[in-house]
Amino acid sequence: MVENPKSQVPIVDYLQLDEPPHLIANECGACQARFFDRRNACGACGATDFATVRVVNRGVLKAFSIVYRAAPTVQVPFVSAIVETSDGTTVRANVVGLENPDDAELGMALEMTTYVCGTDDAGTECVAFGYAPV
Amino acid sequence: MSGGAVWVLGTSMTRFGRYPEMDSVDLAARASLDAMDDGGVTIHDMDVLAAGTLFQASTSMGQRLQKQIGQTGIPVYNVSNACATGATALRTVYLSIRAGEAEMGLAVGVEQMGKMGLLAGGSKEDRNVYEPSGRYGAVTAVDGVLGTETMPGVFAQAGMQYAYENDGVGFEQFARVAYKNHQHSTLNPLAQYQKEFSMEEIMEAPVQSYPNTLLMCCPTGDGAAAVVLVSEERLRSLPVEAQRRAVKVAASVLTSDPYVEGGQVQPDVNTLTRNAAAKAYELSGIGPEDLDLVELHDCFATAELIHYDNLGLCERGGAGDFIDSGAPFRDGTTPVNVSGGLISKGHPIGATGVANVFEVTTHLRGEAGDRQIEGARVGLAHVIGLGSSCGVHILEKAA
Repeated sequence: MVENPKSQVPIVDYLQLDEPPHLIANECGACQARFFDRRNACGACGATDFATVRVVNRGVLKAFSIVYRAAPTVQVPFVSAIVETSDGTTVRANVVGLENPDDAELGMALEMTTYVCGTDDAGTECVAFGYAPV
Repeated sequence: MSGGAVWVLGTSMTRFGRYPEMDSVDLAARASLDAMDDGGVTIHDMDVLAAGTLFQASTSMGQRLQKQIGQTGIPVYNVSNACATGATALRTVYLSIRAGEAEMGLAVGVEQMGKMGLLAGGSKEDRNVYEPSGRYGAVTAVDGVLGTETMPGVFAQAGMQYAYENDGVGFEQFARVAYKNHQHSTLNPLAQYQKEFSMEEIMEAPVQSYPNTLLMCCPTGDGAAAVVLVSEERLRSLPVEAQRRAVKVAASVLTSDPYVEGGQVQPDVNTLTRNAAAKAYELSGIGPEDLDLVELHDCFATAELIHYDNLGLCERGGAGDFIDSGAPFRDGTTPVNVSGGLISKGHPIGATGVANVFEVTTHLRGEAGDRQIEGARVGLAHVIGLGSSCGVHILEKAA
């Protein structure tokens, strides 16, 4: 039996895996509010035209929590983060690449990175994103 | 609108805790009967009933309650609005009276949670084959991978964002909030927990979501609270003693979260609270400096701290100094959560937004026993339900 080359899927559809991996958002044509989900209209102004925009990968750690208690399927501890990218988009993800979760610091500079977070029964890899200290 | 004021005529709450021998209808019935009894009225005086519960929102709680306490055919509203469920039930009755449709009505909030543990996160099972689903095209559970969905974590982040933006706020300030509320709870026989803890015990308790340790998180539990509201006109026809004990609803406000950048990934619990407070102060002509006590939504210690600022109890950015100064302790300038708050009194979700009105009312009547804030004349009750919804009620003692 010949193994297929490993295929990959992004964990969410607003993660684009083409090099370099980045996030995309639906940006309101009228007020430039950005959204990661599919839209009916703009939650900020009600307009209905959107453009797909690229979110920059650099940002700062605006808020975080070191999570020690979670559902049994979730590996703890992890650092949950609210990241403000340098183009002003707010993203929720984990801080990755820290030696110790306690090393997380408000205001620290971060850059988006991707990693494989699982493989399904068909051998497809799931690619997640996180933010690592710069 | 009839334009007249609306008053709290009667109120009651069960002790919050665990009631395995009762169901939520029993709890709601107990609070409702006691509240009507407290107001010297019966189910036959009620023109409207609003029943709030979150986890049994689709079970016709109000009608099931009627079948226990009196099926008089009045309109029933079954209400669900996250943690603002109780406040929404109360406001539903308030609006019915203001609209002139009812002279008197009963609002009850109830929840039976048992030991539910975490209320969100990890809900989606890892699938065998990745296929995008939902509004974000997620192929697997994202909780724990793309940040946290759990309540202790979400509210931890809300507190940490405040710490990022303002000086003088850190782990110790958040811990002091829990220290205060646990201390307050020792005087409240209706609290689920009535135990004082030292700062060390709070800070060294198991971390749930830093900075929130176990002793900085509200428990789940069971309980109910009820309020009878009455129109000004009808109140004047009631016995003098009932009029003396009645407490005026000086403002009843409900808001939802306006759009802010970032709200899609981290619920903004600030703006809608600020908006609700501003409107409540405007409607009542009462300012934060006039408040003799505040019951606010301390689902987590991090939440209470930021609501000092959101409700205007402290200067903008000054919540750290506010707790450090002792201002929100029961002997301070603005006592906050003298009931023990959600952290110690408990948080049976549907009951919470009625129970805080019970608490404030009881102080304004001078009937709060050992925990009485002496001479209290004006108080504020605040709840926030994530998603989001914010209820603020300002209550004023009869002149």
